Amino acid sequence: MRALKTAILSAALALGLAGAAQASEAIHLPKQSWPHAGMFGTIDKAAAQRGFQIYKEVCSACHSMRLVPIRTLGGIGFKDDELKALAAGYEVQGGPNDAGEMFMRPAIPADRFPSPFANEQAARAANNGALPPDLSLIAKARVGGEDYLYAFLTGFEEPPAGVNLMAGMNYNKYFPGHQVGMPNILQPDGVTFADGTKATVEQQARDVSTFLTFVAEPHHDARKQMGVKVILFLLVLAGLMYASKRKLWSTLH
Amino acid sequence: MAQAQASKFKNPVVNWIDSRLPIFTMLDHEYNHYPMPRNVNYLWAFGAIAGIMLVIMIATGLFLAMQYSSHTSLAFDSVERIMRDVNYGWLLRYVHANGASMFFIAVYIHMFRGLYYGSYKAPREILWILGVIIFLVMMGTAFMGYVLPWGQMSFWGATVITNLFSAFPIVGDPIVTLLWGGFSVDNPTLNRFFALHFLLPFVLLGLVILHTAALHVCGSNNPLGIDAKGPQDTVPFNPYVTLKDGFAVVMFLIVFAFFVFFMPNYLGHPDNYIPANPLVTPAHIVPEWYFLPFYAILRAIPDKLGGVIAMFGSIALLLALPWLDTSKVRSCKFRPIYRQFFWILAIDALVLGYAGAMPAEGSWLLIARIGTFYYFFHFLVLLPVLGKLERPLPLPNSISEAVLKGAHAKSMEKA
Amino acid sequence: MAQTTHPPGTGGHAASGDGSNRRDFLYLATGAVGVVGAASAAWPFISSMNPAADTLALASIDVDLAPVAEGQAITVTWRGKPVFVRHRNAKEIEQAKTVNLGELRDPVADEARVKKPEWLIVVGICTHLGCVPLGQKVTDPRGDFEGWFCPCHGSHYDTAGRIRKGPAPANLVVPTYAFTSDTKIRLG
Repeated sequence: MRALKTAILSAALALGLAGAAQASEAIHLPKQSWPHAGMFGTIDKAAAQRGFQIYKEVCSACHSMRLVPIRTLGGIGFKDDELKALAAGYEVQGGPNDAGEMFMRPAIPADRFPSPFANEQAARAANNGALPPDLSLIAKARVGGEDYLYAFLTGFEEPPAGVNLMAGMNYNKYFPGHQVGMPNILQPDGVTFADGTKATVEQQARDVSTFLTFVAEPHHDARKQMGVKVILFLLVLAGLMYASKRKLWSTLH
Repeated sequence: MAQAQASKFKNPVVNWIDSRLPIFTMLDHEYNHYPMPRNVNYLWAFGAIAGIMLVIMIATGLFLAMQYSSHTSLAFDSVERIMRDVNYGWLLRYVHANGASMFFIAVYIHMFRGLYYGSYKAPREILWILGVIIFLVMMGTAFMGYVLPWGQMSFWGATVITNLFSAFPIVGDPIVTLLWGGFSVDNPTLNRFFALHFLLPFVLLGLVILHTAALHVCGSNNPLGIDAKGPQDTVPFNPYVTLKDGFAVVMFLIVFAFFVFFMPNYLGHPDNYIPANPLVTPAHIVPEWYFLPFYAILRAIPDKLGGVIAMFGSIALLLALPWLDTSKVRSCKFRPIYRQFFWILAIDALVLGYAGAMPAEGSWLLIARIGTFYYFFHFLVLLPVLGKLERPLPLPNSISEAVLKGAHAKSMEKA
Repeated sequence: MAQTTHPPGTGGHAASGDGSNRRDFLYLATGAVGVVGAASAAWPFISSMNPAADTLALASIDVDLAPVAEGQAITVTWRGKPVFVRHRNAKEIEQAKTVNLGELRDPVADEARVKKPEWLIVVGICTHLGCVPLGQKVTDPRGDFEGWFCPCHGSHYDTAGRIRKGPAPANLVVPTYAFTSDTKIRLG
């Protein structure tokens, strides 16, 4: 048994390595408390809807979300007709028609969110050489996840003395290297929420981080809910197997 | 003779088949009556756990392959389609991705158990060698599987690892070009990695069958490292060990499920959620955790070819392990001095793993070098020499004697 | 296994009254829970082979009929299959309506196969072995009954898409659709 415990401990240690290795190279990020954290956490749909509003009105001017179909928003409470109306507000390329020409048509919920730029070069040309990253997976593609997104969005400040900002760059205390092409985009009351929530910068950063967590993993809630059931089931099975094993081996002399 | 066998089974269909193809007799013999030493502990369950992991990986892999596209322009998006649109696709992929890690955990524990209890010694040399080959094929399979999502770490991991071969003089560069099917990691590379990643698990399955066959010739080792002398030393595999292993499998699945459902991306790297970009290298390229000790050995040697040789050598020397260890006694239980060095080796492996995850500079480089030195020192010097010098503790006469004495001592404690 | 051997030392199940019953129940319960677990674990695998969310999202499509003149036909792709939309003229409607149902292999009245008499909408897949029948283009052979003709094994369909001659067992399938306006339909 001692050997078993040691083995488990070693395995746990080995697993710890990967995490420790990642954490040690990051700038210290303040930990936020999220309703979707933990084993029983679920995405705050109201916050995610507000977050979508921010994406739509602010972020989407530069950032694409190319992997996300509009219908995905059904997962944060948009009804079918709302999705259709929302989709109709976007234009996507259709065709070719009978004359062989491509044309623009209103989107349907099955379409993905259209990108603001045709390609990477166009995006860089319009943004002083910087490429605004795609936001479909941003919450999973950054060390720190939604904590990083929140910290980044609220981390713009005046550069400390002695830091020479390059032309067109902005100072962010949480961005690796601190100089970032993206300006401090969230302004107090920069958006007006329909549900009356006060649109402080912190509130907006929280909401948009929640939304981006959702789009990076639309099955987040289903995953955790299934996980609780699976683990409870396995615990019952383990208990039964252990009892059976004990009974069986007790007959040995 | 066939008639004699046929009378064994009551079910006439089973009987009919068995008298023509004695597969049921074989199964009955190997998995029902197969005598297991009665004193095996839960560490012996990790072979079964690793076997179950292989089955889980093949099953999830097969269903993922039904949805995956192995073209550079489609691979990343097709994986995201699995995650978003395919029914339970997210579950299959997270089970497969975390399953690789769990498979390695099971195999590493299985290997260290073999090291501690001397399971590689005569007459189990071929059993051990087959195990090392399984480990090598597993590493190749895992590496190629990690390339398939075609994220940044996929691409750059593939670039760095395939470039290892360029260290060899003269043949190095042609080999790398051959591996790539081009002048860089690109679409032909991805396609062949997919084909091989699909094939190799079945090769593994065949190797595992051979591994089990070799095991059943001489029987399982046990914590005392002495041979079973008769039925009083053993229990039939079924139901005793099937139930015990089954319990261990379920406990292992609980840990597995915890990763899959509550921290599915913890063991992965965030950069792999960024599509591969051949023009931008991520700031730190780190292999998956299960390769880290070997990665540390690679970087510990300041010479390119030397590092590559050291890394491959660190695994290759395991093939010679049965002959490097000169001690007649199998189990570390009876080797008081070597036991200490076993634990130093275990810690050394962990330290190397940690060093492999750190930037290769300053004190981490020094630590990696000391760790690498100890690794080779342990296998190439300590093991052969210690076997001659060490005075082992007296071995018990039989398994049953030791077990009954243990049980007796326990009941005395209670009283 | 067919064979019952008692492991050494157990003394067999029948030997020890109540204890063995309890033991048997425990083993049975463990086995049952294990089987339930294995069966539940199989479901995600099977389910993953069913149409995915992106496929289902495109399961219904809108078709504009306005550009299709009388006597013309168009083919639209719906769920990966060709759907024939034919704007029938008066003669074709008349032909379809006046058939004696008793003569048909798969007797269905024309009224039951259309929502508006001038628009016939059928899935363009021969009910014999799945080929696509000819007859959409004016230059195509339309068979003996002026509907469609399947070149694979010579099935003839009439102007209501009903099987009239040849090996096919049933009429061309009418898909689920609805008119969303006078000139627009939604398939599926």
